[in-house]
Amino acid sequence: MEQTVLEARGLTMRYHKTLALDGLDLALPQGKIVGLLGPNGSGKTTLMKLTAGLLTPTGGEIQVCGQKISPVTKALVSYLPDKSYFSSKQKISQLLDTFQDFYPDFDRERAENMLGALNISLDARLGSLSKGNQEKVQLVVVMSRRARLYLLDEPIGGVDPAARDYILNTIITNYDPQATVVISTHLIGDVERVLDEFVFINQGKVLRQGAADQVREETGKSLDELFREVFKCLPNC
Amino acid sequence: MNWKFTGDRPVYQQIMETLRGAVLKGELPPGGKVPSVRDLAAQAQVNPNTMQRALTELEREGLLVGGGTSGRTVTREQKVLEAMREETLRALARECAEKFMVFGVTPTQAAGLLLALDEVKEES
Repeated sequence: MEQTVLEARGLTMRYHKTLALDGLDLALPQGKIVGLLGPNGSGKTTLMKLTAGLLTPTGGEIQVCGQKISPVTKALVSYLPDKSYFSSKQKISQLLDTFQDFYPDFDRERAENMLGALNISLDARLGSLSKGNQEKVQLVVVMSRRARLYLLDEPIGGVDPAARDYILNTIITNYDPQATVVISTHLIGDVERVLDEFVFINQGKVLRQGAADQVREETGKSLDELFREVFKCLPNC
Repeated sequence: MNWKFTGDRPVYQQIMETLRGAVLKGELPPGGKVPSVRDLAAQAQVNPNTMQRALTELEREGLLVGGGTSGRTVTREQKVLEAMREETLRALARECAEKFMVFGVTPTQAAGLLLALDEVKEES
């Protein structure tokens, strides 16, 4: 049976005078890799933070695997923020210790194997690594949890094309039919091959949602082209 | 296998074409084992669901058989292989003809050009 992993109804988030999410409705099934696509300031990061339980919505509802946001859902969600929250002075082995302490679903062996394949020493301090390697380490620890919902906020933002391939490969090879992976990005061309579904989000609302191959079949356009077309005619972006 | 994708057509269809090509070229011989969905998805850098869909479609066409725990193999049915070869070559011819039509060259004229290529080869 297909289960809904993430469901939002009328989700609203206001930061002082700024309306980041404006009554957003969304449902995501399990077993999918979903692209959360939208221009800057469209509400992608806010939606992820609300889902991860880092923020409380101003209005509306959000559920993960049928449950309201709580410590129970936090245990089901693995979140990669757009900014690093790890200390650069920390050794990688300490980072793994922290994850092991916090998350019972953390597969340390898997993380160590992936880091080994990258030739990243567990004794290295995070701050001593290149930006690309720092991003890879963070992705490795986040993907080494056996979560039901992975939220990856701009995972391929600042890295070179080879590192991008590595990151996408990590996402594909860690794929689990029980889990759903949400990737937010505006580098659509780079991720579109790995997406099952896409969600276009703008000004705090879902503009369009669908299956990636269906768009190509029906319109003969890539998601990248569709994105440019849909967002071209909108004001304020 | 040579995995290349364009953005304007469904990925699963492009995967099907690549796999058919691999059978025709002998990279995946009749009766040979087909790698797992996971391995193929990693090789092609595509979503495993999409790879699964392409393999299921090829199974429906009869090109691949099995699919249980023992994995899939390429069919040994000569009829199916012949039909696939025929269809692939026809599609290639159609595509080629369409490209010539853009410049107002008819298939007959194009055939002349193809024959000329043959002569060049024989000379060299």
